[in-house]
Amino acid sequence: MDSTTHTFKDNIKVALANETLVHSLETMKTGFRARRAVAVDRLPEFDALCDAGRDLKNHVLENLDFYLETFEAKVLESGGKVHWCRDSEEARKTVLEICRAADAKTVTKGKSMISEEMGLNDYLEENGVTPVETDLGEYIIQLRHEHPSHIIAPAIHVRKFQVAEAFRKAHPQYAADRPLEEPRELLDEARDVLRSSFLGADVGITGANMLIAETGSTVIVTNEGNGDLTQLLPRVHVVLASLEKIVPTLEDASLVLRLLARSATGQEMSSYTTFSNGPRRPGDPDGPEEFHVILLDNGRSNMIGTDFQDMLRCIRCAACMNHCPVYGAIGGHAYGWVYPGPMGAVLTPGLLGLEGAADLPNASSLCGRCEAVCPMRIPLPKMLRHWREKEFERHLTPKGTRWGLGFWSFFARRPGLYRLGTRVVARMLRILGGKQGHLKELGLSNGWTAVRDIPAPEGRTFMDRWASGERP
Amino acid sequence: MATFSADGPRVGFFITCVADLFRPTVGFAAISLLQKAGCRVEVPQTQTCCGQPAYNSGARAMAQAQARHVIETFEGFEYVVAPSGSCMGMVREHYPSLLADDPAFAERAKVLAGKSHEILSFLIDVLDWDDVDARFDGVVTYHDTCSGLRELGIKDQPRRLLAKVKGLELRELAAPEECCGFGGTFCVKYPEISNRMVTDKVTTAQATGATTLLGGDTSCLLNIAGKAKRMELPLKVRHVVEVLAGMADGPALGDGEDGIKR
Repeated sequence: MDSTTHTFKDNIKVALANETLVHSLETMKTGFRARRAVAVDRLPEFDALCDAGRDLKNHVLENLDFYLETFEAKVLESGGKVHWCRDSEEARKTVLEICRAADAKTVTKGKSMISEEMGLNDYLEENGVTPVETDLGEYIIQLRHEHPSHIIAPAIHVRKFQVAEAFRKAHPQYAADRPLEEPRELLDEARDVLRSSFLGADVGITGANMLIAETGSTVIVTNEGNGDLTQLLPRVHVVLASLEKIVPTLEDASLVLRLLARSATGQEMSSYTTFSNGPRRPGDPDGPEEFHVILLDNGRSNMIGTDFQDMLRCIRCAACMNHCPVYGAIGGHAYGWVYPGPMGAVLTPGLLGLEGAADLPNASSLCGRCEAVCPMRIPLPKMLRHWREKEFERHLTPKGTRWGLGFWSFFARRPGLYRLGTRVVARMLRILGGKQGHLKELGLSNGWTAVRDIPAPEGRTFMDRWASGERP
Repeated sequence: MATFSADGPRVGFFITCVADLFRPTVGFAAISLLQKAGCRVEVPQTQTCCGQPAYNSGARAMAQAQARHVIETFEGFEYVVAPSGSCMGMVREHYPSLLADDPAFAERAKVLAGKSHEILSFLIDVLDWDDVDARFDGVVTYHDTCSGLRELGIKDQPRRLLAKVKGLELRELAAPEECCGFGGTFCVKYPEISNRMVTDKVTTAQATGATTLLGGDTSCLLNIAGKAKRMELPLKVRHVVEVLAGMADGPALGDGEDGIKR
């Protein structure tokens, strides 16, 4: 997928001016956040499970090669195939080859962020294969020619009336005056349309919430059941997964499952949790004839052993973005690439390079709520700060900021000069604040006064008053 | 509970750079509370800033230099107390890792971290003191500032202390744990996003019916007060220690002449 992270500052202006988006994001705050809180409260061992999840993933990342090779051996044993892909280009080509070998015209797709990362849909279409998204949210944004704005609720930015508009345009087979106001009506229509896609598809592509080394299983969690139809009905099932999705055992998978849905939607379990093990065996009533796993690296292995390794513990629950005040203000598209919110602000510079994504780690107040709700205990604020340090080292930090910091640092270590300076500034602002006690503008602080006043200082500094003998 | 020197714990008071410049009353109120709680308070004259501007901007070397300065200034005290969750979060949670590779300061950073406290947490968690003798006639709401809340676990302490203030009614915000949008340089680098956040904060504060918003970090309060002024709302904004020390009779943050004494 093409990135617009480099135009982040323009993106946020567009987002903040979009009233539909503002409305959608408000519902997210009351929905996801409240439901997660209830689910977590109901599970007394939630914190202990988070610790266990963190330890599990740390262990996996230390032994990634071993578990991935074990996984591959198990997949081969079950008659499937694992394709190791270094980058998106390799992964796209591999998927296309599989489609061509199956003589596929249409592919159905379950929800997959790796597919977004690969830019798979556009590539397939360019090469004569029609991809049909079957997750309702993904289907809606496919009709609207958009990308997901949230990793578990891809169409969270779209409101009901806009869905109806998209459906009326895309489904001319139905009566033009049909009612499409109720969610049920929209759902029924989507289900009806997608039913024929499921039955006609040659290849089904899904993502994977986990890969299990001991069994060679891939796991998806969904709430619509579309993933099951996607992977069971076509002749070929392709699983798209990034390599950090691996866990050692079924037991470990159950640990992650206990954390995942609670953190994501506040459910104890998602409606469907599906384990896939290779192609159909003799005697199986259903299942695909071929089973392929695309194992995508795309820069992740470069993060191992760095300050950013902990990011690879992420299980894509979206709790961080659901609770992020910045995401809550601008939504997902403004971030400019596949992954928005705090996890995206850490991961995107890791996968795309810091130069084009330099704004993302800075666009955070470091309020720490993301870390507080992360079930994998990923220290997201710390890693945002690590990126800021890399920017400073590489001189990507704006000159004015660098100069300002140098100036501040010089004075802050020279208390005598510092006292002199603060005394002057406090007096000056006090005078400028005048009778009303606050300033509307001040040359140097445009970012501050653009949106708020400056409360004027009381007059003399505390240190000044203390030094002259004043006491409470 | 800690044990103290016979004549009360010797506390080095860290005013913090923002309160020093903008709100000396916060310093006098905090010191007044510490003294009522039996502390011997000193204000070391070489103190400046905790280093967060550099630390959060990625200027690690400058942040380290500043941390060393703070350690040298305060390490001689039994305790270090500041009226700020974010500055004490910096000292407690970040200095040790920031100076972990500095043989001359690694251990000293850990020691300082262990004896540095945000004022409300110090009064309650260390001194177990809540003998507040103050009156504030009005309805207030409370903003839990991020670092204090999430790095230092400050949530019940202000409420326990405010419950002792005569005449005060506390009405909770709908989303008390939501960031106000200050975030240090964040608020000037991304004013549009910060604006949305602080607008929400001020709006939800108004919705409680409270006439005053209290909090524990002067910087966040400047942001909230500045927005309330820009929106021309009657909301008063004060540091919580002003109310607890009975020193909330002067003008609130961003308010003018009426009542200004100096």
